[in-house]
Parts: sequence; C-alpha cells; structure tokens
Amino acid sequence: MVAVLTRLFGVHNLALAEDVVQDAFCRALEVWSFRGVPENPAAWLMAAAKNRALDMLRRERTARTYEPELSRFLQSEWTLAPVVQEMFTDNAIKDDQLRMMFSCCHPRLPEEAQVMLILHILCGFGIDEVASAFVTTYTAVEKRIPRAKKVLAESNRLFDTQAPSDFSTRLPAVQRALYLLFNEGYHGASAEFTVRAELCDEAIRLAKLLLEHPLGATPSSYALSALLCLNKARLPARVDASGKLNSLFDQDRSRWDQRLIGEGLQLLELSAEGAELTEYHVEAGIAAVHATAPSMQATNWQEIVSLYDTLMTIRPTPIVALNRAIAVGQRDSAECGLRELRAIPDSDRLAKYPFYHAAFGEFELQNGQAENATGHFEIALKLARNQKERQFFENRILRAVRP
Amino acid sequence: MSDFTFLYRGRDTNASPEQMQKTMEKWRAWFKQLGENGHLKDIGHPLENAGKVVKGKQKSVTDGPFAEAKDVVGGFTLIQAQDLEHAVELSKGCPILEAGGSVEVRPIQVINM
Repeated sequence: MVAVLTRLFGVHNLALAEDVVQDAFCRALEVWSFRGVPENPAAWLMAAAKNRALDMLRRERTARTYEPELSRFLQSEWTLAPVVQEMFTDNAIKDDQLRMMFSCCHPRLPEEAQVMLILHILCGFGIDEVASAFVTTYTAVEKRIPRAKKVLAESNRLFDTQAPSDFSTRLPAVQRALYLLFNEGYHGASAEFTVRAELCDEAIRLAKLLLEHPLGATPSSYALSALLCLNKARLPARVDASGKLNSLFDQDRSRWDQRLIGEGLQLLELSAEGAELTEYHVEAGIAAVHATAPSMQATNWQEIVSLYDTLMTIRPTPIVALNRAIAVGQRDSAECGLRELRAIPDSDRLAKYPFYHAAFGEFELQNGQAENATGHFEIALKLARNQKERQFFENRILRAVRP
Repeated sequence: MSDFTFLYRGRDTNASPEQMQKTMEKWRAWFKQLGENGHLKDIGHPLENAGKVVKGKQKSVTDGPFAEAKDVVGGFTLIQAQDLEHAVELSKGCPILEAGGSVEVRPIQVINM
C-alpha cells in the first residue's frame, strides 16, 4: 500500500504515504470495532487508503509537489479520480511494488539496510518485527530505517522499471536482496518458526513479482525463484514447531512440501535458457538434488559435488568450499571428507564459523573417533551465535558421548 | 428498562497498528458482552473527527468542531439499562477508558403517555 501511495505522492513524500496508510488502518479498525471485521479486510483497507489518498490530494493539491509525471493529472478534479483509481488496480499495485523494490536496492545503501527497507515498506513489517527478524534491538532498527528512507527520499523519484538498461543494472542487487531476505528466514537466528516462514514466503512472493515483468523474467530470476521454492519446501522439517534445528541427516522427509518441490523443479526448468549460468542456477540445482532424493544415503552425491565444483568457479568462498568438502565426504568416506576439510584454502576465515568445526565433528564421529568429535563440537558450541545453535551442538555432543 | 446513549470521547490517535488491533478486539469483546446481556439497543457508529458546524438563525456554516481531540465525540451507542446507575456500571467496561478517554452516559428523554 505504501508502494502505491509513494508512486502517487512521489518518493520524497514517503512519510506522507506512510501516514495515509497508518490513518486508513486506524479508521478501518474503528469502524470494525463497531461493525465487525469484513470478509476481505485487505480489499477494504486498500479502498480506505485510496479514499484517504484522494482526500489528501484534494486538500493539498497545491501545497506539495508530487511525482512530476503525475502532477498534471492531479491538478484537475476531472483526471484526479480516474488516475487514483487506475493506481489501485491489481496490475498497477504489482508494478508499484516492483518499482519500490528496485528503489529500495539503492546502490548507496548497504545490503542489510536494503533488506530491512523491503521488509518494512513492502512486507509491512513494523520496526519491532524487523528487529525480531534480524535478531537485533529495536533501537538499532529504529535508527537504520529512517536513515535508509532518507537516502530513498533524496533519490527524488522512484526507480523507472520501464528503462531496460537501468533495470538490468539494478536487477542483480534486487535478486541478491531477495536471496538475503530468504536466508534471514531460512538460516537466520529468529527462533520463531512463524517469523522464519513469513520471511521466506515474502521473499518468494517478491521474487515471483520479478517473473511477471518482461525485463525481470530472466533465467537468473527463474533460478532464484526455483532455489527459494526448493529450500522453502524443506523448512517445515528443518525447524520444528519449537524452533529446534534438524540437520539434513535427521529430517523427516515426509514433511517436505511436495507441491513446492514440484513448483521449484518447474521453475528450474524454465531457468535453463540462454548462456548465463548464475550461482542461483547452481544452488537451485543442488537444492533440487536434495529435494528429490529419497534419503540421505540415496542422494546423488556425485552430482552434488560436481555442482559445488561449478559453484566454486562462480563464487569461490570458504563456505562453498566447506559445503563441497562435506559433499565429498558423503560421496566417498568420512576419511576423504576430513582430508577435504583440511585442504580448504583460506580456512582461517572459517575459524569462527561454528558449522566448520561441526563438520569436522560429524566426520570424526562417523569415523568412530567420538573423543575427537566431542572436541570439535565443543568448539562449535562456544562459537554458536544463538540459543538454537547452542541447543543443536549440545545435542550433537550428547550423541557423541552416548551413541 | 430505559434507553441511554454512550458518547465516546478521546480516541487514541498515536497507537501503533498492533495496539490498535488489540484495542479493536477489546471493543468487539465489550460490544459482544453487552449484546449477549441484552443491553445493546443500537451499536451505533464511530464518527469522523472533522465535519461542519451549522449555527444560528443565519445558518452559518463553519468547519469543525475544532475542539481538542480529547473533547471531540468519536462515536456513540444506544444502550438499554435499568437506570442511570446501571448504565454507568455498564460503561465502565468500555475500552476507551483504558486509553485515557471518557464515556458520557446520557439518559434518553422519554415522556410516558
């Protein structure tokens, strides 16, 4: 809703757009207090916001400057209402969300701020909800969001999604932000399953919005959507209702969402076009192998190792190398896995990453070296970044001590 | 049984969306209870803050009422109660009181013929 109104008022009037939404919401709730909540509250709210925007535009027609291309329509009563009406149609709303999404990924903003802004403006997360999604304090988010909004407002106009060259220049940043948004839900520290699922769902929703735009529907966008669907499908088994983490070894595969897996595989097929092979393609490929494997043992580890080899050529990070080493260990033997782990270049950059030590622990454990394994899990436990990870490593230690 | 109006004043305009939602649920619960006990003659409506005031023989029309937010009537309900004391008792459950607002309880004037 803020996206539509910002399109109407201009990005420099972002605060006004937010006020209008807040106001529409308050009034809606007052009416609902008396009359009951309508069957379709979202449509009701949209209508209320639209009317409120019309009021505001009539009242302040001359007092403010609006988006240049729209202002001439807003001057006259004859064109005002149809223009506003048009802005609130489904297609226009989608287009506005896309514009806002691209605007949020402003090159002057750090990636994390971009993601926070998207969550706040496009997903309607309040300051406290953004804080809980990022497991940071209310005050930290309260400082960062207005700062990010200022950058947005200074850009003076919303991103033009019709300009092909600008679009493709900014597209990777938008994809990256959605990828991070998803990972915040998937790997992030928030203990609540509902928060995690919601973050993942929002990322999927916005990624699909890209596919509806002629310039956004690139093979890499399809690959991104495929990746998000395939990973989201496994979320119910990865984190249980109490927020406890389950490793891929222990997951109840019957809880994977088969519909989402099907959708992800279909999207992955659509992404196989053109010459460009992005990291999203490769990651989606890996996720697809996992998602279609009947069990850990029956997984095609050869395929996974070779996909990681490819990923290493696109994005040679220590984390990718770590995952590759784990896959090699699964394919060959725990012994080989340990050798690969030791051979990771730049492994000092992983020294503080708890799952690096946990990987040593798992292979030692498979090798029957319970004592060595416990030592590695204990290092991991010390490095754990939140309660959930701590609990996970404590369980691994228990299993190593009492098999 | 007699009829009364409840006039609500002092809506909280600075509440966060979450607070607003909670407030709405309290209002729904309160109205539901009044209804179940047979005290709700007409649930009434919330009112917009700003309208017009028409005044005097000249029928002069001004924007208004420009009273302070806490003094503006924000809504009304028609209530059935045994007497004024009973109506006052019923009004004490109103969520607006928790937000620092007020309920004005006024008997509706009737002449028994």
